[in-house]
Amino acid sequence: MQNTGWFENCLRAVAKIIVIVFFMFPIVWIVLMSFQTNETILRIPPSFVFEPTIDNYRALITGKLETNAATLDIAFMRNLGNSVLLSVGAVVLALILGVPAAYSFARHKTRFSEDIAFTLLSFRFAPPLLVLLPLTIYFQKLGLSDTYFGLIWVYQLICLPLILWIVRGYFEDISEDVEYAYRIGGHSWFATFRKIAVPLAGPGIAAAGLLAFIFAWNNFIFALVLASADKQPVTVGALAFVTASGIQYGQIAAAIVLSITPTLLLALYAQKYLVEGLSLGAVKG
Amino acid sequence: MTSQTDLPGVPRRRRLKVGRRALPYLLSLPALLVCIGILVPFFTAAVYSLQRYRLSQPWARKFNWGENYLNFLSDPDFWNTLKISLIYAGTTVTLELVLGLGIALLLQRRTRFNNFVSIMLLMPLMTAPVLAALMWKLMTNSGFGILSYLVSSAGIQDFRWASSPDTALLTVVLVDIWVYTPFIMILLLAGLRSLPSQPFEAAALDGVPRTFVFWKITLPMLMPYILTATLFRLLDSIQQFDIIYAMTQGGPGDALTVFQVEAYLNFFQSTNIGRSAALMMILWAITFVLSNIFIKNWLRLRERAR
Repeated sequence: MQNTGWFENCLRAVAKIIVIVFFMFPIVWIVLMSFQTNETILRIPPSFVFEPTIDNYRALITGKLETNAATLDIAFMRNLGNSVLLSVGAVVLALILGVPAAYSFARHKTRFSEDIAFTLLSFRFAPPLLVLLPLTIYFQKLGLSDTYFGLIWVYQLICLPLILWIVRGYFEDISEDVEYAYRIGGHSWFATFRKIAVPLAGPGIAAAGLLAFIFAWNNFIFALVLASADKQPVTVGALAFVTASGIQYGQIAAAIVLSITPTLLLALYAQKYLVEGLSLGAVKG
Repeated sequence: MTSQTDLPGVPRRRRLKVGRRALPYLLSLPALLVCIGILVPFFTAAVYSLQRYRLSQPWARKFNWGENYLNFLSDPDFWNTLKISLIYAGTTVTLELVLGLGIALLLQRRTRFNNFVSIMLLMPLMTAPVLAALMWKLMTNSGFGILSYLVSSAGIQDFRWASSPDTALLTVVLVDIWVYTPFIMILLLAGLRSLPSQPFEAAALDGVPRTFVFWKITLPMLMPYILTATLFRLLDSIQQFDIIYAMTQGGPGDALTVFQVEAYLNFFQSTNIGRSAALMMILWAITFVLSNIFIKNWLRLRERAR
């Protein structure tokens, strides 16, 4: 690398700037837009100089949009609450179901457990609508449509394979001798799991949980097909909001900013584990 | 005395042993339930795909066996769906692979600035694809969108982005590239940084030209990572729904009716459940083949990472 000339260094610098601009610009632009009134948004030519306003956020948070004609109700905060509830619920359930299963899959490999693990993995890549369309009909029969629990249960399709495969890798990395020594001391299987295995795999479990949260939050198709209007998360809500409010561009931008902020912050926090999580444990970051 | 205290202990220990043997099964029971929860609707869909089943004519519901599939052969809409899905997946994955590899090579050295850039690039990937599509929809809005403004000030008149059948595909491909190039980039970057340094040092000592090093050392050593990242993306991309649905709902016309969008519209708009299920079964068959190749490759890589 020492023999690279200044010309090549310049090229590299320029390429890096182009990369940053291409990938960051849309986010910056939407954030700027969310602090503008409709008048400044619609200016031609567009300008980065404007008087910032927080009216868009105020309208979203209070749920009341004052226009010249009338006051409109915005249900966006409800969508935000639904997203939190659904994602947290899905991750908690996936951890409760997934972590013990991952441990048993790591320690007691049987045909049976491998079959389950691989079925879950292969359906992670199957088209979601294949399962969702019949589910709409089953959900109506079982009375699960229009319930949070039904959605949280379906979200396991995303969360469970992720938790299972990542956490399993972490458990496999723990030396069995440590656990054996603790067991010799007269402790039960469950105590070993709780006091030794889980704490040692802690960082992995936390990372898998955070990633599962991000995927649940960003999911669209599950809720689009199965959620009724008052159970919709932000991904579905934002799209409905665009269709309903048409020209309230400032509020649309603010709604998008509010919807993407939680996952972006979590991603920054968990970035060390993202590579491993995104590749389902195949690549270490 | 001792025999008395031992006696009740014997059956207890045996019971414990049985419990311990059953424990792995017990613990995987919830995962098994989820599996059943997936497999039941899956087989239901398979059954639907063999039926004449329209919600508008429930009385006419009956098994027609392979008719839904046979009809596809002479159905131009189906071939359009297949064509667009393949073009979409092929274009996005190829471009993302080239760009992702390029950016990974650009950021290969562990400097503070490079690490900062690679963290920044996580942001598009962590943005929900639907919301990313909405962001780009605003940017390409004909009234105030910054991209529309830039294109028209570059002298290109009447460039209508997603509202024109000619450029709709380009627009959604662009959004897909924005969201998912970072995925390939961070996987390949992790791969590049984990390569052993000896071959590169030896090549540098011998004064081997850098293009030769790239084609003969870097690329072959990186191949498992490239293959995993590509298959991963291919599997997702051929099923793309969020970006396309949020941008145009499959339109204008049938310009963007990829598999999942077409199946969704079939199910909820024309309520032709048989056709919708048959479309999903064909898409499933495609992803099944791809995911088997993927899983084999992924396992090998995972074994190496341990």
